[in-house]
Parts: sequence; C-alpha cells; structure tokens
Amino acid sequence: MGQPRMRSLGSLIGSLITAAGAIAVLVLAPWWLLLAAVLLLALWTMVTRIGRQAWSVTEVGLATIPQRLGASSVVVVGIAGVVAVLVALLAMAAGFEATLKQSGTNDTAIVMRAGAHTEINSVLDHDSAGLVAQAPQVLRNEQGQPIASPELVVVASLPKKSNGLDANVEVRGVGERAWSLRPEVRIIAGRKFGPGLRELIVGKGAREQFSGVDLGSTLRLNGQTWTVVGAFDSGDAHNSELWADTDVVAATYRRGSSTASVTVRLTGADAFDAYQAGLASDRRLTVETKTTRAYYTDQSAALARLIRILGITVAAIMAIGAVFGALNTMYAAVATRSREIATLRAIGFRAVPVIVSVLLETMLLALLGGALGAALTWVIFNHYTVSTLGSNFTAVVFAFQVSPPVLWTGLKWALAIGLIGGLFPALRAARLPVTAGLREL
Amino acid sequence: MSALVEIRSLSKIYERGKQRIEVLHHVQLDIEQGDFMALMGPSGSGKTTLLNLIGGLDSPTDGSITVGGQRIDRLSEGTLAKWRASNVGFVFQFYNLLPMLSARKNVELPLLLTRLSAAQRKRNAAVALELVGLTDRAAHKPGELSGGQQQRVAIARAIVSDPTLLVCDEPTGDLDRQSAVDVLTLLQQLNRDHGKTIIMVTHDPKAAEYARHTLQLDKGSLVEQTEQAPA
Amino acid sequence: MKYLQLIWTAMFRSKTRTIFTLLSVLAAFLLFGLLDSVRSAFANAATSVAGVDRLMTVSKISFTLSLPKSLLPRIEALPGVAKVTYANWFGGIYQDPKNFFPNEAVADNFFDLYPEWRLSQAERTAFGNTRTGAVVGESLAKKFHWKLGDKIPLQATIYPQKNGGNNWTFDLVGIYRAADPKRKSEENLLFFNWDYFDEARAFGNGNVGWYVLKVTDRKLAQQVAQALDALSTNSDHETKTQTEQAFNAAFVGQYGDIGLIVGAIMGAVFFTLILLTGNTMAQAVRERIPELAVLKTIGFSNHSVLGLVLAESVLLILLGGAIGLVLAGVVVDAVRAAVGTAVPMTRVGAAIWLRGVGLMILIGLIVGALPARRGMRLRIVDALAGR
Repeated sequence: MGQPRMRSLGSLIGSLITAAGAIAVLVLAPWWLLLAAVLLLALWTMVTRIGRQAWSVTEVGLATIPQRLGASSVVVVGIAGVVAVLVALLAMAAGFEATLKQSGTNDTAIVMRAGAHTEINSVLDHDSAGLVAQAPQVLRNEQGQPIASPELVVVASLPKKSNGLDANVEVRGVGERAWSLRPEVRIIAGRKFGPGLRELIVGKGAREQFSGVDLGSTLRLNGQTWTVVGAFDSGDAHNSELWADTDVVAATYRRGSSTASVTVRLTGADAFDAYQAGLASDRRLTVETKTTRAYYTDQSAALARLIRILGITVAAIMAIGAVFGALNTMYAAVATRSREIATLRAIGFRAVPVIVSVLLETMLLALLGGALGAALTWVIFNHYTVSTLGSNFTAVVFAFQVSPPVLWTGLKWALAIGLIGGLFPALRAARLPVTAGLREL
Repeated sequence: MSALVEIRSLSKIYERGKQRIEVLHHVQLDIEQGDFMALMGPSGSGKTTLLNLIGGLDSPTDGSITVGGQRIDRLSEGTLAKWRASNVGFVFQFYNLLPMLSARKNVELPLLLTRLSAAQRKRNAAVALELVGLTDRAAHKPGELSGGQQQRVAIARAIVSDPTLLVCDEPTGDLDRQSAVDVLTLLQQLNRDHGKTIIMVTHDPKAAEYARHTLQLDKGSLVEQTEQAPA
Repeated sequence: MKYLQLIWTAMFRSKTRTIFTLLSVLAAFLLFGLLDSVRSAFANAATSVAGVDRLMTVSKISFTLSLPKSLLPRIEALPGVAKVTYANWFGGIYQDPKNFFPNEAVADNFFDLYPEWRLSQAERTAFGNTRTGAVVGESLAKKFHWKLGDKIPLQATIYPQKNGGNNWTFDLVGIYRAADPKRKSEENLLFFNWDYFDEARAFGNGNVGWYVLKVTDRKLAQQVAQALDALSTNSDHETKTQTEQAFNAAFVGQYGDIGLIVGAIMGAVFFTLILLTGNTMAQAVRERIPELAVLKTIGFSNHSVLGLVLAESVLLILLGGAIGLVLAGVVVDAVRAAVGTAVPMTRVGAAIWLRGVGLMILIGLIVGALPARRGMRLRIVDALAGR
C-alpha cells in the first residue's frame, strides 16, 4: 500500500506548490497583467477545443447553482465578510495617511528646535525664528517680506459630539503671512480673526467632530475668553485645528516671544536642500528642517502602519476561516455532482476541462463575494469621518478613503481565497475514478 | 385468552396533495403470543404499512390496535416512543445499522434509553451478540461485515431489550441464499426456543415457510390466512 | 455522558468536512481571543485596581501643559491628603526613536505613592542622594542589558539643557520590580531626579507636569479633588483632579471607540461563521436523516433527537472554539513578550474564556437549531422510505 500513498502525497505537495505559485502571481501582478490574463483565458475558452469543453462544463455547473443556492451563498458571504473587513481597515489607514500627507508640500518647509520631532515638543526663541525666516531660499512676497509663519501649537479641551467626552484639540497660532503661505485655505463661514484680538477660526473637521465651536461661541483658553468668529477649510489635517494670531496665543499661554516652529514657503522644491544645509551650518541655530510633506507623512507613518497590520492580520485569519468554508462547500459540490462528472469523463471529456470548470465556478463565486463585501464597505464607510489621537496628543479628524487601490486589494484577496478553495476540490473531481462515479447512478 | 395483538377495523389513508390513497381497508386481525407470522402480498398491498402500524411507527386513520392490552393507536408520539423502546424490536431490509459504531455499540443503542449502567449494557449486548453467533465480530464496524452478519447484528439489536414483539420488514430481501437461510433459522430459533412473537413482511414464499402462519394482503385487505406446519 | 460517544461518532462521520469546519471555527475564535484581548486592555486601562486610592492632578486644558510647583504646599495642606508627589514627562530617546520607553523626572518621594513597584530602601536612598541618579524597571534593564552603576544617556526631545545641548546622562542606581507578576509590563519606565531636571533644563523651570496624591480615606476622594481644583479656578493654571482610572479612560477614549471597532469586526466574523457552520450542519443532518429515523424506531423520542443534534452542533463549536482560544492565548503571550506595552493586550484569562465559551454555546445553538428541528420533526415512515 506504500506506492499509492506516496503518489497521493506527491500530488498533494504538487497541488500546494501550484496554489502557492498562483497566489504569488495574483499578489504581485499589476492589474493590467491580470486583465490580460483574463482576456487570454476567455479567448482560450472560445478558440481551443479543450477550452470550449471547459466552458461548457462550467456552464452546466453554473446552471446548477440555483439548486445549490445555500451552499453557494456560503462561499459568497464568507468571502464578502473577509473583504468587507479588510477594505474597511485599509480604507481607515489610507484615509488617515492621505489627510496627513496632503497637509504638506515639497516646496514648503517646517523648522523646529533640533531633536523635537514634533511641534508640541519644540520651542524656538524669537531670534532663531527671525533668522530662519530671513534665509535666502525663502520666497518673498510683493512687499519683499519673507513668506514665513512663526507658529505656536497649544491645546484646548472640547467635548466630542459623538460621546460628550472631552478631547484635546490643537490651537495653532499663525503668523500674518500664513494666508499667502497656505493659499489653499478658504474661509467657509464668518471671517478671519483680527490681528491682536482673542479671536479664533475653526477648521471644518473640528467643527464636525466637536461641540462648542459654532460661530459666536466663546472658549476659555488658559483662563481667558476667546470668541469663534469664522470657519475654514484647508483640505488637510489642519481642518482638525483652531487658528488664531500667534502673538495673542503666546501672550495667553505666557510663552513670551517664543514659538514652536516656523513654516516657510521656499522659492522652489529644489531650494530645500540648500535651505536645510544653510540652517544646519549656522552656528547661531540648533534647528531641524523638513519639507512639510516629509514632516506630515512621518507623523502618520506609525499609526497608519499599525492600522494596516491590524487590518491584514484580522483579514488573514478571517480568510483562513473562509478558505476552509469554501473547501467544505466545494468538496460537497463536487461530491453531489460526481455522477455528472463521471458521465462527462466517460463520454470523453478530459480532466483539464473539469478542473478548470470547478476552479472557474469557485472563483466566480469568490469574485461575487469580494465585490459584495467591497461594495458594502464602500457604501457604509466611504467618507465616514472619525477622529483619533495624532502625534501632538491632539485630535486629528480624517475620513475613510475607500479608494480604487484598496478595493482592488480586496478583490485580489477574494480571488486568492477562491483559488485555494476551488483548486483542491477541482483536482479531486478530476481524479475521481470514472467507474466509482458511475456506480452512483 | 386475548391475543397479544388485537387489530380491529384498521384503516390507513394517505393524503398526498389532493390525492387520497386508502392503503389499508378495515383490517381485522389477531396475533397470539409466541406466534411467528409472515405477511405477504403484491407491492402496494399495504403490508409494510400494516407492519409499521403494529410496530407503533405510524398511527392509523381509523380503527384500533391493542398490543399487550394497551391501545397504541391512542398514544401520543412521545409515549409511543417510550412504548416502542420497551415493547418492539425492528429488523429492516437494509439493516439500518449506524455506520460509525461497532457491532457491539450498535447493539447497545436501545439500552441507552434504559437506566442500566455501562457495565450492564455491555453485558447485555454481549449476550445478544452471542445469541446471534457474532461474539467474535463485536468490535467490527458494519462496513467490515457481510450482509448476513449485519442483519444478525440488527437482530441482536432488536432483541437486546427483550421486547414483546419482533417486527421484521423484508429481513432477507438483500441477502444471498445462504445468509437468508442463516437469518431465517435464527428467527425461528428465537421464536421456538425463546418464545419471541415475530411478524415478518416478505415477498419470498420460501422465507414464509419458516413462519407458523402466513397472511396474504391485497389492495389493503386481508385475503387469506394459511396455517402451516413448522418446517 | 452515555450519549457522548453517539454524538462524537456522529460528528466525525465525514472526517474532512468536520475538520474543515473545526478549522473555520478555530479561526473565528482565534480572532475573538486576540481582539477581545486588545479590547479589554483598553477597557481595563480605566479600571486597574492599584489606581483606586491615587488621584492625579493635571492641567485642566491638557496634560501636555505644566502646573506651577508652588501649588505643592497648598495641596499638602488640604484636609484628606495623605501624601503628594509630582513628576514631569521628559520624553527622552535612548539611542534610537525605535527604542522608545517612557521616562519621567520625579520627586524624591515618588515611590512612596506607588507601593506596587518594589524598590529596596537602599536603592531609594541612593536615588535620593545621587543627583543624576536614575531608577528603571527590571524588564527595561533586561532589555538593554543595564546593570547598577551603568551610565544611561538620553537625547532630549523637549527639554534641552541650559548649555544648549540635548544630551542628558544618568547613573543607574536602582531597579524596581512589579509586585504583581501579571503587571510586568509596568517595568518599562525610567525615572530620574526632578531637582536635577529643574536645575539643568533650559526653560519651564519651577513647573511640574502633574501631581499624584494619596488620600487618607477613599471616601474623601471626591471632596479632595474638588477642593484641589478650587485652588486654581480662574487662574492661568486651572487644574483637573481625577482618579488615575478616569484619566486613563479619557486618554484612551480619544484614540477611538475601540469597543465599537472590535465589536463590528467580531460581528462580521461571527455572522459569516454562523452561515458557514449552519450550512455544514444542515448538510450533515440531511445525510443522517435515515439514521435519525432508526433511532426513533428504537424508541428515542423526538426531543432526544433534537437534543442529540443540538449537542453535536454545540460540541463542534466548543471544540473548535476552545482550540482557537488556546491558540489566541499563546499568540498574545508571545506578542506581549516581544513588544511589551507597545500593543496593549490583556492575557487570555478567565474573563475572555467566559465570554468566549458563552458565545460558543450560543452560536452552537443557533447553528444547530434548524437542523435539529428538522431531525425532531422527521416522520419515521417517510424517512425510512427515503422520502
């Protein structure tokens, strides 16, 4: 009895290697390559004899699905669940990253005290701030003034609309030329704060998530009363903030004339390296310089990676469950159709069409499940806003981003699960001894 | 003295959708204790239905069945199940053994419904298996036994709780000649030496020869009763 | 249970099918164990027992703002206050930002308020006497192979020294151990002297990050908190005093509604599991209708058949689920050993098991309900005839 055992072990290993190879291709290949493969497959089913056989067997299989509705829906729903969870978590990470990445560009730079890493840790004295702004690589406006904004970041406490609990919200003091520094910022309600006054404007995201920041409301900051006079939309992470005049904020929080950072617009993205080198070599300064793009991307890196790892881990475990569910279902399907399959083989159909048809059927069901799960997540979560803790220990408001790359990843997972779930039953179907199948008649 | 089984004006009508099929038509019958009765008739004559009613697997549409003084046509499903457990043993054409249990465990099944301890169950099962001559096959699963052996295990299961009645539906229908003879001889032995009352449905006249009485059924009514000398 | 063997063999009628189903159930409950571990870690952050008689006072606006040290005598003078200490977040980096661990400048009497961390008297004295002294947790010391007497350099992120440099060097004079072996994750902190910190830092002098106080009687906590906060109302350093639990809960709550996320994921997981397993059970029972009919002929009542099918279903889920939870426990322990508190996870202990088993039984009953009913209701005669 040793030989058949060895053969079946060998074929098991062979099947596993095939499966692993197919999944590797699925994972690594770009979408246009996979599309080409699908088109080639379609061509094969139309043109070659074996291909046509495979398609007709598949058609028969698909036609019997209504009879096996319960079992088929198991494959679809099981995979839909995996894809829905995966896409939701990836969309969360993507949304968080996008919000932060967008907050920066390559031709603006942020300067902080050396070693601080984030604005909340940084303290820049007045003189240093001045030197940083005066460097030659900083763009000047029509009046010849450097487009630079010395900024101070402090914290206010506001209740969340969702649960009433207090959250820490970032209050950013900005310099007078902050508007030319960030031309994408628009006032969407009320007006800008007046210089020298205790007035605030609230970002769109902060307004949505927190209560107590409607136009006209007052806030107590460090024992002093401030008024909200307007709202702004910057299209990025700054939407989670409240802005005010730097000097007034510094006075309220007893910071004297120091700020946390200086953000400047450079003459061009190519000027950054010279700018950074210039500041580093200046003996009077101990600062670190980054493009705002690099700074904000770094801020999001850790949390985005954490959410992605979580998403992939959870989805992987769910996928294992789904694979075994699919295997169960497809083995049973093959068993109930063993008579048909045996008849087909007795008639003269080769093994390949049978294998392909079972695989195709499973992968089509998987694709349906993947599409269902992706669609569900897209409908429920796309643009859904939430807030979490950013690196300054203040809230960052962001929206889930159910983007095409994320959806495509979800579909690929669905196909992979369908592949494994269908390959082994397909091989079993092909190897079913014809006589055993016919005896069932 | 009243018979063990008294059947009065028994009728059974099946309703399949709009159709009414009268399978049994006012059957009147007495079965004495210790009898071995064969029920014969063409397919569709109602013999299996009559058997099922006597065994308490189904309820009649009309009429009465009294077994050991008890009106079983009046019992609820739950009570009927209890009644079956202590009063009837079944033997089917296709053995109906549980494929994942060994022969001994199959025979023990009816004893699970009693309060006997595990040791006692084991002992009783062993006795039953010895009676049917399969002690050396006790640990085998049905898949490892021949048709005749499986049927004898089924018989052991049917008698292990010492029921009043043994009800057999085509017990030799799926067996070869020799195995059939073994099984029928065993049934005869159980009837003669142990006084078991047996009702057997069969289409094989040679099988009927092992019984004491043969009843013919046709289209739901008793046609003929023949007494025969034991073979 | 005498019926156990019957149920067990019934389950394994189709070995492949049962094993695949067990693996699906295993995956679902592995996930449950992992996610519930994270969820309870966040929930428990609010209820750790040791924090019950300690209060924390931080700036009302944000714990990132400081409070004046001058508050100390006024707090000590309040009725009901047994002891007060103070600390500052330092946030220094040891060699690489990836090596992150919390480090704080603390007052001399700091360890008096944290009895759950054992530090020998000799080491406490050394800490008090050594200006640049530092005390670290045993797990942290093990991680970086630090011994008493080593010099530990930290790079400041917030507080440069008066001379402008970012390098702060400390002498390791003490190693503390968590009294409760389950709380070893609390051994990842480094503490140094506040006096040295205040003397050497370039700005913020005379300010502390937060106060920690112990009350004489727990019943007085509320009163003390209110009285303390009243000391600073309408000043430029308004305070908020609350128990450590409340503080942690509020902090964690800002990350997001972890409970909701975990609940949503587990909902999706169990929904698909119920569908998958339900289908398998339905299939399995369908195949066994003739056998169930035979049991009924033997005398098993309708309700016994119902019970047998339900028991099989529950047993299947319990088996797969238990293995899944055990696996989850192994993974959680491995993760905690590897990353410490970077990922908050509680051990897969009694609480998670209790919830898990409850869910297993519930899901087993749901999944088995319809097939069991089918088995209960089968008509013996029809089933035996193959109809």
